Amino acid sequence: METPFSSAQPGTAPPPAVPLPNEPPSIVARNVNVWYGDKHAIKNVSIDIYRRQVTAFIGPSGCGKSTFLRVLNRMNDIIEGCRVTGKITLDGDDIYDPRLDVVQLRARVGMVFQKPNPFPKSIYDNVAYGPRIHGLTRSKKELDEIVEKSLRRAALWDEVKDRLDEPGTALSGGQQQRLCIARAIAVSPDVILMDEPCSALDPIATAKIEELMDELRQDYTIIIVTHSMQQAARVSQRTAFFHLGDLVEVGSTEQIFTRPQDRRTQDYITGRFG
Amino acid sequence: MSLTLFFVLLGLTVASFWVGRQHAVSLRNGGARLHSLPSYHGTYVALVCGLPAALLLLAWISAEGWMIRQFVIAGLPDEFKQLPDGELALLMTDVRNMAYGAVPLDTSRPHIVSAVEHYNRLRGLSKVLSWLVILAVAIAGFVLARRMIAPEFRARNAVERILNVVLIISSSLAVLTTIGIVLSLVFEALRFFARVPVTEFLFGLTWSPQTAIRAEQVGASGAFGAVPLIVGTLVISVIAMLVAVPVGLMAAVYMSEFMPGRIRAVVKPILEILAGIPTVVYGFFAALTVAPLVQSIGMSLGLNVASQSALAAGVVMGIMIIPFVSSLSDDVINAVPQSLREGSYGLGATQAETIRLVLLPAALPGIVASVILAFSRALGETMIVVMAAGLAANLTINPLESVTTVTVHIAMLLVGDQEFDSAKTLSAFALGLLLFVVTLGLNIIAQRVVKKYREQYE
Amino acid sequence: MSNQPAKDGIPLRSPQDAAGAAAAAVALPREAVDEAVVANRSASRHTTAEAEKRLRRRYAAQRRFKAYGITAIAIAVGALLWLLITLLANGLSAFQQTYIRLEVTLDPALVDPRGDRSEESIRTGDFGGAIRQALRERFPDVVGRERLRNLFGLLSSGAEFDVRDKVLADPSLIGTKQTFWVLASTDVDMLRKGFFERQPDGGAGGRLNAEQVAWFDQLKAAGDLDLRFNKRFFTNADSREPEMVGILGGVVGSFLTLSVCLVLCFPFGVAAAIYLEEFAPKNWFTDLIEVNINNLAAVPSIIFGLLGLAVFLNFFGMPRSAPLVGGIVLALMSLPTIIIASRAALRAVPPSIREAAYGLGASKMQVVLHHVLPLGLPGMMTGSIIAMAQALGETAPLLMIGMVAFIVGIPKGLTDSATVLPVQIFMWADNPERGFVEKTSAAILVLLAFLLTMNAIAIFLRKKFERRW
Repeated sequence: METPFSSAQPGTAPPPAVPLPNEPPSIVARNVNVWYGDKHAIKNVSIDIYRRQVTAFIGPSGCGKSTFLRVLNRMNDIIEGCRVTGKITLDGDDIYDPRLDVVQLRARVGMVFQKPNPFPKSIYDNVAYGPRIHGLTRSKKELDEIVEKSLRRAALWDEVKDRLDEPGTALSGGQQQRLCIARAIAVSPDVILMDEPCSALDPIATAKIEELMDELRQDYTIIIVTHSMQQAARVSQRTAFFHLGDLVEVGSTEQIFTRPQDRRTQDYITGRFG
Repeated sequence: MSLTLFFVLLGLTVASFWVGRQHAVSLRNGGARLHSLPSYHGTYVALVCGLPAALLLLAWISAEGWMIRQFVIAGLPDEFKQLPDGELALLMTDVRNMAYGAVPLDTSRPHIVSAVEHYNRLRGLSKVLSWLVILAVAIAGFVLARRMIAPEFRARNAVERILNVVLIISSSLAVLTTIGIVLSLVFEALRFFARVPVTEFLFGLTWSPQTAIRAEQVGASGAFGAVPLIVGTLVISVIAMLVAVPVGLMAAVYMSEFMPGRIRAVVKPILEILAGIPTVVYGFFAALTVAPLVQSIGMSLGLNVASQSALAAGVVMGIMIIPFVSSLSDDVINAVPQSLREGSYGLGATQAETIRLVLLPAALPGIVASVILAFSRALGETMIVVMAAGLAANLTINPLESVTTVTVHIAMLLVGDQEFDSAKTLSAFALGLLLFVVTLGLNIIAQRVVKKYREQYE
Repeated sequence: MSNQPAKDGIPLRSPQDAAGAAAAAVALPREAVDEAVVANRSASRHTTAEAEKRLRRRYAAQRRFKAYGITAIAIAVGALLWLLITLLANGLSAFQQTYIRLEVTLDPALVDPRGDRSEESIRTGDFGGAIRQALRERFPDVVGRERLRNLFGLLSSGAEFDVRDKVLADPSLIGTKQTFWVLASTDVDMLRKGFFERQPDGGAGGRLNAEQVAWFDQLKAAGDLDLRFNKRFFTNADSREPEMVGILGGVVGSFLTLSVCLVLCFPFGVAAAIYLEEFAPKNWFTDLIEVNINNLAAVPSIIFGLLGLAVFLNFFGMPRSAPLVGGIVLALMSLPTIIIASRAALRAVPPSIREAAYGLGASKMQVVLHHVLPLGLPGMMTGSIIAMAQALGETAPLLMIGMVAFIVGIPKGLTDSATVLPVQIFMWADNPERGFVEKTSAAILVLLAFLLTMNAIAIFLRKKFERRW
């Protein structure tokens, strides 16, 4: 299989590295372990995630990349028998500190899911849901503005502006996913987690979402879990490769795809397993 | 009754199975290659022997009473044959009761004595005939089927065809029951509406079905306006829903969203006990404990509360319906996809916000359907209101007064001896038809809503 | 297998990241920095003081919401407890009955009028007279019709049967003086059990006068009045006197009725379920049956009573008050429940079993009868027991077909006049006498015990045969 950066030959001079933002990482994870009952799903993972970048988690299915993503906004709390050890900080706040509030955390770390999951409400109410529960607005006008701004940022405004009262579930799959992204943006999070956001979409809708991600990274820390290495190569600046619960390798996307340091990474990106 | 005959028939059937199988076995031992296993040959013989005879027995039992009745009436002296339907029915009830020995023989009325003798003679005759005919059919079936047994006879296919028919008939029983309900209600209700106009029944404001014994008595005709009963039913059912819906719904929400699994495993069955308690127990509880309590609380507040207030009956009925509402709501809340919960949590909603703003709105159609079902159940509930609500057909919506319901009057009109001809008795069937139509309508609506709701998330 | 560095990596630098960092050391200079992070709290709008305040409000709302839920559960559980406690408080005492000890002289002239000590003679004997005589001897100073009537009022009208039965069992007692515990009247019983309050005038419960209460106290002080196990309650049928009633008539009636019900609805229900689940083609008729079954399950039970009355009693001329008709009506009512439960049981049998059997060349009927049905049977039985438990508690339809008669005898056959336990409860509940409240509650306790047992059996069956495929 062709690797996304097949033009770059291993061993040649490194291509210009992606410049790292000149600021500290947004999320810092150290020695994170996750158990589901007896199953050791994440093994001693440490990683830094930076602002204004798209970080992609790749790896074969069952490698723990989605699990690790959900650890970052404590969505695993919902699952019974899930245990997390280690330390994860978001802008310096330990997110597994018992004093830290999970609701607040999730407002700061938004999430977009594999399957578009708009609420069975109108398009407007879907986007307004977050600002309403968090009390971000004082007036209807302000709320209208947030809804419009979020839909615009999600590149959905022009398609739905005349039918904001229609149910969100009536949109097409790609539109639904952009609605979910708008819904997440409306809360104004610092980080947006995307769990295989395009796996249920057709190529055109996928392209739109990918474009959107590149746009959104100007303002947000974005982490995307993806099955598709091409997608990781297209949208991300940094890539982390997971395998059987281990974080095998993390680095700039270019480096991971052109000069993987680990044998397993190389095998994966060259398609020996997956 | 025909129990002995039934067991004889059963024995015959078992025997014919054995004979059939033995015959097939002997054929096989004789070197023939059978198409079907010997036990299929046996089953075939048994089915052909037993099934028609059993059906005939059933038909016989069903028709016997009616036939004998016709013959006895035909044998009565002429002046009794000319009696109006109602009196004739009463007379025949007496005759039958005496014939069965349920009531001692009334020797003062010679025509009855002879009718009873006639009745018993016919019963004896019918018994002998039934033995002869049914055994003949069984034996004929046995002989016929026994002769069919041959190596190339496809006994298995034949048995399977017969079984298939049996299965179809069994599943049609439900339809037959519905037809039976509809026919009996409609037929008797039509007889009622021949006496009392439909409009009076549906819109009349007075219900007093007592028809006078003497024609010149006051109020001899009786009044059959069902509105007070309908209003009373609605008052009690609404009170029940006011108790059951919030409690049931909140209990279901709390159990499914907040309660740890281990505690839920204890609490849920406890709530379900409430659904398993017979309604007569609730009725007793309402009349013994709740009604006096409601009354004394009302008195201490300076209110005038009837001893059989609608409030007491409604509250107890509500308690009975709580598990009904909670288990139905539990189902619909659990049917809301997990992805919606995650979507809401992912946006930083608290659990309560997720339930209030996402789950409950999403589950609303299903919840509405379960409320409709619970309401229809409240409408049709009988024992609690018979025991704890009043009989007086007051037209009021004051929950502190005594009201009565449709089901109370159906029960009261038909308990004890009735003449099957009076508007009073027949009015029970008109009420029954009303109740049936309304509950059926509510069920159909609820099922539609539920179906749509489920399709939405599939 | 892995080239992963030391597990206990120093927090400063993540081991995994280190590999990448080493590779792109120049490009990724900040990989290692994370002390700085601690100082850096972003100015997220979700961490402001105002947001924290809003958050506290939202959590308060959540606490209120949870409180509603807990209140709802508490109301439901509380209602159940209230019901059960009421029943226990009123009903437990019914399993004991008040008896009075008397020295009865079995005067042959009274108890053996023919003097031949034959059963017929003893059966016509005036045991009541003998007992009344004994009571007069116990209280010799009581004279006058009125006072004597009050005195005899302490005894139940059924008291003589206890003595008669003892004499029937042993005729040699005739002519001797024997000590008997004879049944007291219900008013005495209620006073003994504390259900009657003593009045200022010395009477009790509005039913006993001062003198009667004095006699009661005297007997009790002498140890001649005591509570003993109430065997009658389990061996008698209905009676006009609360101290003599028993539930056996109702229990036997219920048993007969449920037997008919089960015999009818189990085979038909299972057959219907098999057809609908395994054989039925998808057509309008099957749809009709399905809709029908669902609707039938929600028809009010009293409507089935009307059906029974109009069709079985009036049209087919079946006997009133008979367990046979009651059973048929309950069977029609339980049929949908059993069909629905049986279909669920069949659906739970995995397709792999069917495929395996088909693979061996079995016919469809063989697959169903040999493989699917046996595996589904425990589930069907569980469903049927639960349906029978429902039928056992059913009252309204049986009122319609006349099972509400006052029946003193215990039914012997399917066409005998009979009543069932819940109807018996209904009839007793209608009785204002205090003694009946106790007996009604006790009968309910027995009914609930039956229901509990049936459900326990169902749960046991389910647990025992539950399989994970």
